[in-house]
Amino acid sequence: MNAPKIFPCRAGSAELLQGAAILLAITMMTIMMIAPPAFAGLGQDVSSVPADQVQMKGTLRSSQTQAYTVHEIRAATGTVVREFVSPSGKVFGVAWQGPWPPNMRQILATYFEQYQRAAQAQMNSRPGRRPLLLEQPGLVVQSGGHMRSFAGRAYVPDMLPPEVSAEAIR
Amino acid sequence: MNRIQGVWAAASCGALLFVVGCGGGSSHLKVSSPSGANVQPITVSGGPTGQYVDGAFTSVTVCAPGTSTCQTIDGVLVDTGSSGLRILSSALTIPLAQQHAPDGNPVVECLAFLDSYTWGPVQTADVQIAGEKANSLPIQVLSDSDFPVPTSCSDNGPSADTISSLGANGLLGVGSFAQDCGGACVSTGASNPELYYECPAAGCSVVGENLAQQVQNPVVLFATDNNGVVLELPAASSPAVSMSGSLIFGIGTQSNNALNGATIYTLDQFGNFATTYKSQVYSGSFLDSGSNGLYFLTSGITGLPGCGGFYCPATTQNLSATNKGANGASGTVNFSVGNADDLFNNNPTDAVFGDLAGPGSIDGFDWGLPFFFGRSVFTSIAGQTSPGGTQPYWAF
Repeated sequence: MNAPKIFPCRAGSAELLQGAAILLAITMMTIMMIAPPAFAGLGQDVSSVPADQVQMKGTLRSSQTQAYTVHEIRAATGTVVREFVSPSGKVFGVAWQGPWPPNMRQILATYFEQYQRAAQAQMNSRPGRRPLLLEQPGLVVQSGGHMRSFAGRAYVPDMLPPEVSAEAIR
Repeated sequence: MNRIQGVWAAASCGALLFVVGCGGGSSHLKVSSPSGANVQPITVSGGPTGQYVDGAFTSVTVCAPGTSTCQTIDGVLVDTGSSGLRILSSALTIPLAQQHAPDGNPVVECLAFLDSYTWGPVQTADVQIAGEKANSLPIQVLSDSDFPVPTSCSDNGPSADTISSLGANGLLGVGSFAQDCGGACVSTGASNPELYYECPAAGCSVVGENLAQQVQNPVVLFATDNNGVVLELPAASSPAVSMSGSLIFGIGTQSNNALNGATIYTLDQFGNFATTYKSQVYSGSFLDSGSNGLYFLTSGITGLPGCGGFYCPATTQNLSATNKGANGASGTVNFSVGNADDLFNNNPTDAVFGDLAGPGSIDGFDWGLPFFFGRSVFTSIAGQTSPGGTQPYWAF
């Protein structure tokens, strides 16, 4: 959330550079206010949650536990997506449930390509229609259900806050 | 049903059981088949790729509407977990009738599955299965090349529109619903789940699709025997090359599809019932002949060790779970979980595995094809009248 994270270029000695960075920051923030960030969902900043809400044409409700915040987006289609945000402001897990699957690219964000490759590999390794289980060091996806009923979760194991179990992501 | 109760394991070669090469890994399991115009033979085998395990395949005959230009397509997966007939474009050799939106643009469908999507034009065909006919049935023809796949569809994951990715020439969806989408797809707007598109040359956009135009369960268009299906398969206490069984149309409409005291489990609005396994309630559980194993998550020290999407316990585990319908009916099911690696490695030519299981997803116990072995399983269709009522249910 804080500026240094978004703009890692430290002004240090050069005041000119600092000025340019501030100008860039103002420009960026203006752009962000006009258009939601291109990437929302897993691994992204909490500020990306509203973009998912817009994409899903849903209502947003947030609740907090000691270890994390849950942003629950209820889409007009009836599908519910819950984004789990750590105290450091990052989406470490996403769960979904409802009559239709969510837009996977939207909720997996930069992890979508990895998900797609793994799903393809599962299909190629042994044909057979079954739930998707993707367990890699950097990404876990469990997706199941049937026509008109889908449920699943995705999370980045390394991003789970201490004391939080993956079971909580549901 | 009595027919099924007489079925024994491959090694025992029972009176009602016909076994080719009894014992070892080269057996074919079979029950005595019921006869009738509503009975379609099905086979559990490696399917058209030869690679599938625990998939039930059959053939369907499709004709250009109102003509005698027909083609019989085999290797179609029998799927009680979905509704609608879907055929690979690459398996289709006759032209069918393209469906058009009111403005004249072709209608194309995107259907998201668990790990993939199917995309392709909605076309109508006269479909014949056993002695049953569904005239002018809207079906989906699976193809990524007839119409460019919109990103809103490919955002679901990889495509399942080839024989290598689908493992079948098509899907015969004979599940709990009359249409694949239902009321949600009739009008456009925020609540439309975006299954149906119209695709002029300029590109595809979501279109409202009336119920009668939607891809639908072929069974509801049959003149009779149109309220559900029964799947009958022999038991499989050891792996086998293949097995034969029956897909029987209708519930309580003929002497061969009576409920005969089977317990009725009604479904909730999403088409699920509840399964309790090791004190944990899986509220979104379901029977699905189109899942090729028993899939459920386990955790903690009582959990089963995983292996590449399946379970691999050191020894076969004999387990049980309790199912409960929305109507309160409940019953216990015994099942076994074998070591999937050993099953595959020790029986490389087999396609029938009664104790194949793996991790599933949150809140759902997926009772796939092994559940159907040794049973008569009834799947009724929502809104159709049957001896169990108009609510969708499973009975076994």
